Order: sequence, then C-alpha cells, then structure tokens
Amino acid sequence: MPFKRFVEIGRVALINYGPEYGRIVVIVDVIDQTRALVDAPDMERSPINFKRLSLTDIKIDIKRVPKKKDLIKAMEAADVKNKWEKSSWGRKLIVKKRRAALNDFDRFKIMLAKIKRAGVVRQELAKLRKTAA
Amino acid sequence: MAPTKERAPRVSRNPDLIRGIGKFSKSQMYHKKGIWAIKAKNGGVFPRHDPKPKPETAAEKPPKFYPADDVKKPLRNKHKPKQTKLRASITPGTVLILLAGRFKGKRVVFLKQLPSGLLLVTGPFKINGVPLRRVNQAYVIGTSTKVDISGVNVDNLDDKYFSKEAPKKKSKGEGEFFESDKEEKKALPQQKKDDQKTVDAALIKAIESVPDLKTYLGARFSLKAGVKPHELVF
Repeated sequence: MPFKRFVEIGRVALINYGPEYGRIVVIVDVIDQTRALVDAPDMERSPINFKRLSLTDIKIDIKRVPKKKDLIKAMEAADVKNKWEKSSWGRKLIVKKRRAALNDFDRFKIMLAKIKRAGVVRQELAKLRKTAA
Repeated sequence: MAPTKERAPRVSRNPDLIRGIGKFSKSQMYHKKGIWAIKAKNGGVFPRHDPKPKPETAAEKPPKFYPADDVKKPLRNKHKPKQTKLRASITPGTVLILLAGRFKGKRVVFLKQLPSGLLLVTGPFKINGVPLRRVNQAYVIGTSTKVDISGVNVDNLDDKYFSKEAPKKKSKGEGEFFESDKEEKKALPQQKKDDQKTVDAALIKAIESVPDLKTYLGARFSLKAGVKPHELVF
C-alpha cells in the first residue's frame, strides 16, 4: 500500500504523453506543485507536467540541476540505460517498438515460425498424453 | 518551304527583360541582325525573291451545303498527358500487394513503369498465377521488400504488347448473332507464354535465393482481427 516511487531529484521517469513520448528522462528540479524540470543526455532541459511522467524504479545520485556533463556522468555511473533495458517494463517497450516496425514480409515469417512452434508443442503434448494414458 | 532540312533551332538575339519587352530597340536589332550587311551585298536594297510558281490546283467548286448557323470550331488541344509520377516506395524489384481486381491480395513483383504510366508486374506466374500484367499504381501497396531484378530483361514489353486485338468484322447474318457469340475463346499466343517464361526464369532464381520469399509471394495478403492498416508498416 505505501508509495515506493517518489518524485525526487534524480528520479528516472518515462514521458507518456506529448511530442517527447517514450523518452527516458531524469527529474532534475521541481518547479511547483504541477511541474518538474526534466533533463536527458540528448535533449534540452525543459519543464514538464507531472501528469505527463510515469515514474520508474530507477534513481540516480545528482545534485539539484546539475550541469549536463555531471548528469551524463551520474547516469553512466548508475548504468541507467542497461537497468532500464533489462527491467521487465523496459523490455516490454522494446518488444512493442520492434513489433510496430515489422515489415509485411517479417510478419509473414513470424506467422510461419509460430505455426511451426505450435506444431512442435502439440507433438510433445501428444506424446505426453500417450504416456499418461 | 525552303529545301534546307536541318536548321539550327531559331534563337532570338533579343533577350526578354520582362515578357513583351526586349532588351534591344528596333534600330539596335536592325544592326544586330545585319540587315545593313545584307542590303550592302544586294546593292542597297533588301533582296526580294519572286514567289515560286504554285502548282496548278483544281478549280474549287462552290460548296453544296452552307450550314444554317455559324457554329464556332473548338480550339485545338495539343495537351499531352504526362506519365504518372511513380511513388518513391515503388522501385524495380519491389514486392507489391494488389488491392483490386481478379488478383486482389496477391503479392507480386514490380518490373517497370510503362510509358502510359501503368506498372508492369509479374507473379511470377509459376508461384502465384499472376501473369505479365499491367496494373494501376493507385490500386497497389508498395512493400519495402525488394527482389533482385538485375537478371531480367523487360525492354521488349510496352503498352502495345498488351493492347486488345481489333475484332474482325463479321458479315451481318441474323441467324448467326445468337449462336456464334463466344464460340472461339482466344488461345493465348505461344509468344506471350515464352515471354512469360523468360522473364520468370531469372526472377524465380533470385526469389529462391531468399528463404521463405517463395511462399510469401504465393500467399495472399489479408487483414486479420485486431490489425489496424494505418498502423501497419509495409
């Protein structure tokens, strides 16, 4: 029941609305009740409404409003990129992106592979049924 | 008029400052064209040739019929339509999905754009039953899958190859109208079958070198449940 992910300086968040949709950012300062100052290595530091952020479990150790160099150093020290990509949330997003970028030919190949896999599973199941019966 | 056959195209010596206004005045142009030199050569007068005697034309008879109303003739229209612009996603060797007609849903290889603007396309015939055929760009989805088309020669195919044969005029016999309408189904000329084979031979080799591509071309495209066409990447 208690909250585990807090808005704090250094909290890594995902932008879930707007032109920067899908970007991983770090909360670098809190402006007021509704907005935070947010920064990422390849983007200009900018304010954003909390409603547009989804907080993650990852937190890095920075001072309030660090210089870009320091932010990048802190992100590498905490290994944010790898932690995110290994987390189940991050992995799901990567899979979603890959599925959306599939070619018509790729979709066809996947269909063939799924049918093949299902066939193998069904054979094994039939074998198990036979030995159990 | 004059018997000279090849003349360099006439370029104006008087460039336009603005449409309708030339750079040089009438007297300047007189000097530039060298009328003074031509006159000097001809003893102070511009040379004048008597008109050639015209060949005898038969005396024109007055017309038999004068129309009651003065009807204006419409102006001549020399407008020639341009070849349709080919979408950037469609290049020779692209796999296309046909969207309409007898072969709707079939995945097909694009060969070239014909002078009429239509796309020349082939199944290949052995793989999915689509022969060498013309198809309109509007009824086609271009996928991003490309086939290597370098071994294929389609230079001899153009719009005239696909035109319908002019129907032979049959003599009018009333009894024959109801019987012989579809007696002869035109057999496909052997030359077309050979063309299909030569074009497809090189193509099929290129297709078989890519795994699964042959079955892909043999299958039809369809929308399944939950699939949103505007979100699909082709």
